[in-house]
Amino acid sequence: MKIFGKFLLYIMIIFVALITVIPFIYMIATAFETFTYVIPFPPRIIPTDPTLQNFIDAWKSNNFQLYFKNSLIVATITMILSLFFSSLTAYAFARFEFPAKEFIFGVMLFTMMVPGMISLIPLFTLVKSLNLLNTYTGLYLVYVSGNITFQTFLLRGFFEEIPQELEDSVYIDGGNRWTVYRHIILPLSKPALATIAIFSFLGAWDEFFWALIILKDQKLRTLPIAIALFHGQFATKWGLIFAASLIAIIPVITIFVSFQKYFVRGLMKGALKG
Amino acid sequence: MGVTLLLFKSIIQKLCRKLKTVIKGRIFIQKKSNLFNSRKRIKEILQVAPFLFPGLILVTIFIIYPLMKGFQISFYDWNIMPGQSSEFIGFVNYKRAFNDEFARMALRNTVLYGLVTVPGQIILGMMTALMINARIRGRIFFRTLYYIPVVTSWVIVALVFKYLFRSGGGVINYILKDILHFIPEYVDWLQNTWSAMVAIMSLGIWKGIGWSMVIFLAALQSIPAELYEAASIDGATKIQNFFHITLPLIRPTVVFVLVMLIIGSFNVFISVFLMTGGGPMNTTQVMLSYMYKQAFSYFDFGYGSAISFILAGIILFITLIQMKLLRQKVQY
Repeated sequence: MKIFGKFLLYIMIIFVALITVIPFIYMIATAFETFTYVIPFPPRIIPTDPTLQNFIDAWKSNNFQLYFKNSLIVATITMILSLFFSSLTAYAFARFEFPAKEFIFGVMLFTMMVPGMISLIPLFTLVKSLNLLNTYTGLYLVYVSGNITFQTFLLRGFFEEIPQELEDSVYIDGGNRWTVYRHIILPLSKPALATIAIFSFLGAWDEFFWALIILKDQKLRTLPIAIALFHGQFATKWGLIFAASLIAIIPVITIFVSFQKYFVRGLMKGALKG
Repeated sequence: MGVTLLLFKSIIQKLCRKLKTVIKGRIFIQKKSNLFNSRKRIKEILQVAPFLFPGLILVTIFIIYPLMKGFQISFYDWNIMPGQSSEFIGFVNYKRAFNDEFARMALRNTVLYGLVTVPGQIILGMMTALMINARIRGRIFFRTLYYIPVVTSWVIVALVFKYLFRSGGGVINYILKDILHFIPEYVDWLQNTWSAMVAIMSLGIWKGIGWSMVIFLAALQSIPAELYEAASIDGATKIQNFFHITLPLIRPTVVFVLVMLIIGSFNVFISVFLMTGGGPMNTTQVMLSYMYKQAFSYFDFGYGSAISFILAGIILFITLIQMKLLRQKVQY
C-alpha cells in the first residue's frame, strides 16, 4: 500500500512536470523544423528532418543581433543603476535617523502595491515632456525607479542585520559613512545584492510594454518587442519566431538555473519574514 | 514581477503598522517637536541627504508624481498636443466608462479571469507543493522545473500558447480531438470569445502554478514535523492532517497568495494583447488592454486614465480587505 502511494505520487509529479514542459518542448521542436508553408500534422515532438536553419535565419534577419545587443545593454545598465540607487537608499533607511523616516518608508511601500501599469499614461506624458521618448534614458529612469521601492525594502532588512560594532570600528579608525558603505555594508551584503541584481537584470530583459510605448525607432528596439513584431511580420513562420524566442530565453534560463540559490533565498526570505 | 509580489506580505503588515501610527498622529507630533527643537535634526538631514535623496527623488518623480498626475488626467478631456489646453470635464470619463458596453465587457473578462485563474493557481500550486514536500527524489529538480514558466517572459509564453491553441491542427485541437476524442471537430480557439478566454486563462494558470508552489513550499517547510507525529499517534489520516494542521498553520500564507494573485489577475494584459488583440470585436478585452487601446490607439488619455483608476480603486479595495484579514490572529 505504501509503495503504491509513493508510485502514485511520482506519477502525479511527472504528470505536472509534463504539463509544465510540453509547451516548451513543442516550441523547441517547431524551432528545429525545416520550414515549409505547411505546419506538420500530426504535431510531432521530434522533427523528421531537424535543422538549425531557423536559428541561423533568425539570428541574421531583421537586426536581430542588434536587438539582442540592445537588450543586453538595457538590462545591464538597469541592473547597475538599480544596485547603486537601491543600496544607497536602503543604507539611508537602515543606519540614519531623520525626520519622518518611517512615514517616507511607508509611502514607498504603499506605491509598491499600485501596479505600474496604472500610471502608464501620465508616465508617457512626463517622459514626453522631458524629451526622453525614443531614448534608453527614458527606459532606465522608469525601470530603476520601479525597482528602488521593493529593493530598498529588501536591502534595508539585510543591512540592519549587519552588526553595528563592525561599523564602529571603522569610525574609530577615522572612516566616515562612505567608507562604511563601501567597505562594510556592500561586501557583507553580497547575497542580497546578487538577488536584486538578478531580478533587475531579468526584469529589464523581459520588459515589454513600456519599451513598446516609448521606443519608436526601429534601431532601439529590445528583444521582447522584436519578437512580438517578428510574430506580426512572419505570422506563419512559427519555426523562425520560436528560434528567435529560444535565443532570447537562453540567458534567462541560464541565469535562473545557475543562480537558483539566490532566487530561492530571496523568495524564501520575502515569503517567511514578518 | 512574481518576486516583487512576493515581498508584499511583509510589506502589507509593515504598512498596517505604519498607517496605524500615522492615524494616531504620532508621526506628526514627533515631526513638529523635532523640526523646531534642534539643530541636530538639520545636521542629520544634511548627513543622510547624499544617501537618501537620489533614490527618493527618482521615486517621487517617476512613481508618486505620475500617480497623482494620472488621477488629474482622468478628470480632463486631455489634449496630447503640446501647448494646447485640456478641458476639465469632471466625472464625464468615469460616467462614460460605466456606460461603455466594451468597458463593462473588459471588466467582466478581467473579473472572470481572476475567478478562474486564482483558484486554479492556488489549488494546483498547493497540490504541487504538497507533492514536492513529501520526501521524494529530485525535489530540487522538480521545483526548478515547475518554476521555469514563471521566469519565462510573458511575450514568449503568449506566443507559444497562441501556437498551441491554433485553429485546425494545433496541438490542443490534436490532443482533444484525435487522441482523447473529447471534441467532435477542431475548434477555432482564438476566434471565438469564450474559447479564447479559455486559452488565455489556461496560460494564466500554467504560468502561475510555480510561483504559488514555491511560496506554499516555504510555508510547509516551516511547520514542525512533531505536530504530524503527534497527530499520527492519535490516528489522524493524511487528509485530516491537511485540514486540521497544515491549512490552519499556513493560513496567513494562503491569504497572502490569494490576494497577490487577485491583484496580479487584474494586471492581465500581455497574453490578451498578443493572443487575441482583444478580438473578436473587442469581446476578449481586459481592463488594461482596453485602457491601452483607448490611450495609444485613439489617444484618448483622459478616458484611458479613468479606466486605469477604476482598476486602481478595485485593487485598493481588495488590498484593504486583505489588511483586515491578515491582522486577524490565527486560531487553533
